[in-house]
Amino acid sequence: MTALATAPVPGSEAFTSEFAARKPRFSADPSWMAARRQAGIARFEALGLPTRKVEAWKYTDTQSLGRQAYQLADDATLSSAVMDELALAIDAYRLVFVDGLYNAELSDVAGLPDTVRVVPLSHAILHQPEVVGGSLNRLTGIDFTPFVALNSAFTEEGAVIQVGPRTVLDKPVYALFISRAAVDGQPVTMSHPRLLMQLGSRAEASVIEHHIGETGATNFTNLVAEVMLERGAVLNHYKLGEAATGETHIASVQVEQPRDSQYRSVNLNTGGGLVRNDIVCDLNGNNAHARLDGLFFGRDRQHVDTHTLVNHNEALTFSDENYKGILADRARGVFNGRVLVKRDSQKIEAHQNNANLLLSDRAEINTKPELEIYADDVKCSHGTTTGQLDEGAVFALRARGIDEQTARGLLTLAFANEVMTGLGIDAIAERIERSVAGRLPSRFHLDELVDLSVELAGGTVAVARDEDFA
Amino acid sequence: MLVVKDLHVSVEGKEILKGLDLTINKGEVHAIMGPNGAGKSTLSSVIAGKDGYEVTAGTITYKGEDVLEMAVEERARAGLLLGFQYPVEIPGVKNVYLLKAALNAKREAEGLGEIPAPEFMKLIREKLAFMQMDASFLQRAVNEGFSGGEKKRNEILQMLVLEPKLVMLDEIDSGLDIDALKVVAKGVNSLRNEDRAVLMVTHYQRLLEHIVPDHIHVLIDGRIVKSGDKSLALELEAHGYDWLQEETA
Repeated sequence: MTALATAPVPGSEAFTSEFAARKPRFSADPSWMAARRQAGIARFEALGLPTRKVEAWKYTDTQSLGRQAYQLADDATLSSAVMDELALAIDAYRLVFVDGLYNAELSDVAGLPDTVRVVPLSHAILHQPEVVGGSLNRLTGIDFTPFVALNSAFTEEGAVIQVGPRTVLDKPVYALFISRAAVDGQPVTMSHPRLLMQLGSRAEASVIEHHIGETGATNFTNLVAEVMLERGAVLNHYKLGEAATGETHIASVQVEQPRDSQYRSVNLNTGGGLVRNDIVCDLNGNNAHARLDGLFFGRDRQHVDTHTLVNHNEALTFSDENYKGILADRARGVFNGRVLVKRDSQKIEAHQNNANLLLSDRAEINTKPELEIYADDVKCSHGTTTGQLDEGAVFALRARGIDEQTARGLLTLAFANEVMTGLGIDAIAERIERSVAGRLPSRFHLDELVDLSVELAGGTVAVARDEDFA
Repeated sequence: MLVVKDLHVSVEGKEILKGLDLTINKGEVHAIMGPNGAGKSTLSSVIAGKDGYEVTAGTITYKGEDVLEMAVEERARAGLLLGFQYPVEIPGVKNVYLLKAALNAKREAEGLGEIPAPEFMKLIREKLAFMQMDASFLQRAVNEGFSGGEKKRNEILQMLVLEPKLVMLDEIDSGLDIDALKVVAKGVNSLRNEDRAVLMVTHYQRLLEHIVPDHIHVLIDGRIVKSGDKSLALELEAHGYDWLQEETA
């Protein structure tokens, strides 16, 4: 009995042994940080990796993560040429992390207003403990999931983004996480980044979180993000998941929304072998809005799981969610959208939709809306659809001479494009469009078409509307 | 140009065409008329390659090639284009995408390069204006939320851009008011020339006043029972199909 009780939960040794081996690495920690680290590893040891018996992990098996050895990266070396190849071409305040470690040479936050702070977490822990000491883990705690506990144990890097009251940031903040290609025979590189975003009252900002891997990367990335908005703050949080197919990406985002605040999450994932995103929004004050948009596109054997939870904790709060999934080959998708309306949270509105497109017989989606409503004067809706490409539309395009592959590509792109409309940052929409359209023959020249349609929109053509014929 | 010989076609095991013969030469305009259920739409659908039609006997050749051996898109690129009775709505696919992709597919089949953007713009503006369509049509998803008239005009716009050799029109006049019909007819007539042929299927003589055919065929119970010149339409208008049905019985 004693032996059983003290034995670590299966699967956790892979991490705990690396933690023990890396003690010196964390020796510079201030005591408050060291204490949290210890609490994190203890918690993880007790919980172990989630099993599929846990409802929230029913469709996503993480046990295999316990069956490989890990290492933390020792350097963040990367050429700027490689970064340029992978990064979005965008004018932004940029922090770059390579295998989880900060790369100062590749980062550029020059020109930030005085009221805004964008710093790497390691810097904040050592030099500005007052900035992060109180807020780190305040929303997630350490046991939201075993992965949050694990992150708390290992975290050392990430982005701290603070925007002062009434500051409207002129450019997006771009947090770029690059995974390098794996070296044969080496343990899997892991990282446990943090994002801490705090917006003062009526501040406005856009943050782009971009995860991308070099071909051949096998990283395990386990991210925790905490978003704290003050009254009237507006945050657009874009997440672009382009990990290499050998990578595992697990993330949880917790958002705290007081009165009049707006949080928009745009979660776009095309990469990764195993991907899991948890997004939790707490709507704590009147007129708080959460808008969660997402697109996941999986092929081969990719597995992409999204769990969202919106807590309508107060009356007159609003949420809109629209997720689309496209799954090809033997890819699997999971979407679980939960909305919880507390008693007395009257006159709230919560709308949710999840539409999925299966491009092969062996692709799979598990989708589940969950509405729990304890108030009686609410407007809620949800819908899920899963289907295949409309064969009538495929024929209609082929009947105009367009080959079948291009026809299917066009229709797939059309399905995805709804999420892309009104995205706000063209470079992201374009990146995703190209990624989804990757199967289109090169002659299709998507960009040229887009240019063309823009030009035509502004063009002057003799006009006669249909009404004229009525 | 197009030769249909002894064509037998079944849909879900039921024989619809029962030995149809038809020859269309370039420069000619043919109209096929007939009562409901005679198989009028089946003929153009089979030529275009629509699923669900089983050819049990007979041949279709186009410029000497076996049409039934060609993929749907190959037929279109070769110049066999069908204007649909019920054009499909394609949410999210802009008209301009369809036009550009289709035109380049055709050009590639002809050994031409991709059309340069300025040339495409010029072409498309000209054709839009001719069909009295607003440029905003190009930005809209194909047929999505279009009125009946807009959908039919859009079909003709595609024809004008793609310049098929054989223009097939399946009840292009259905759901059109007289003004829209005139615009559609103007578009089709503009395509008429000595190298191009038109095959239209219609219920009504009305269409034939606007697009005057060289040949009219009456299709009853899966066969062409009578062919004639445009005056046949007037006879049908006056007497209906009954006299022909009795004649063939």
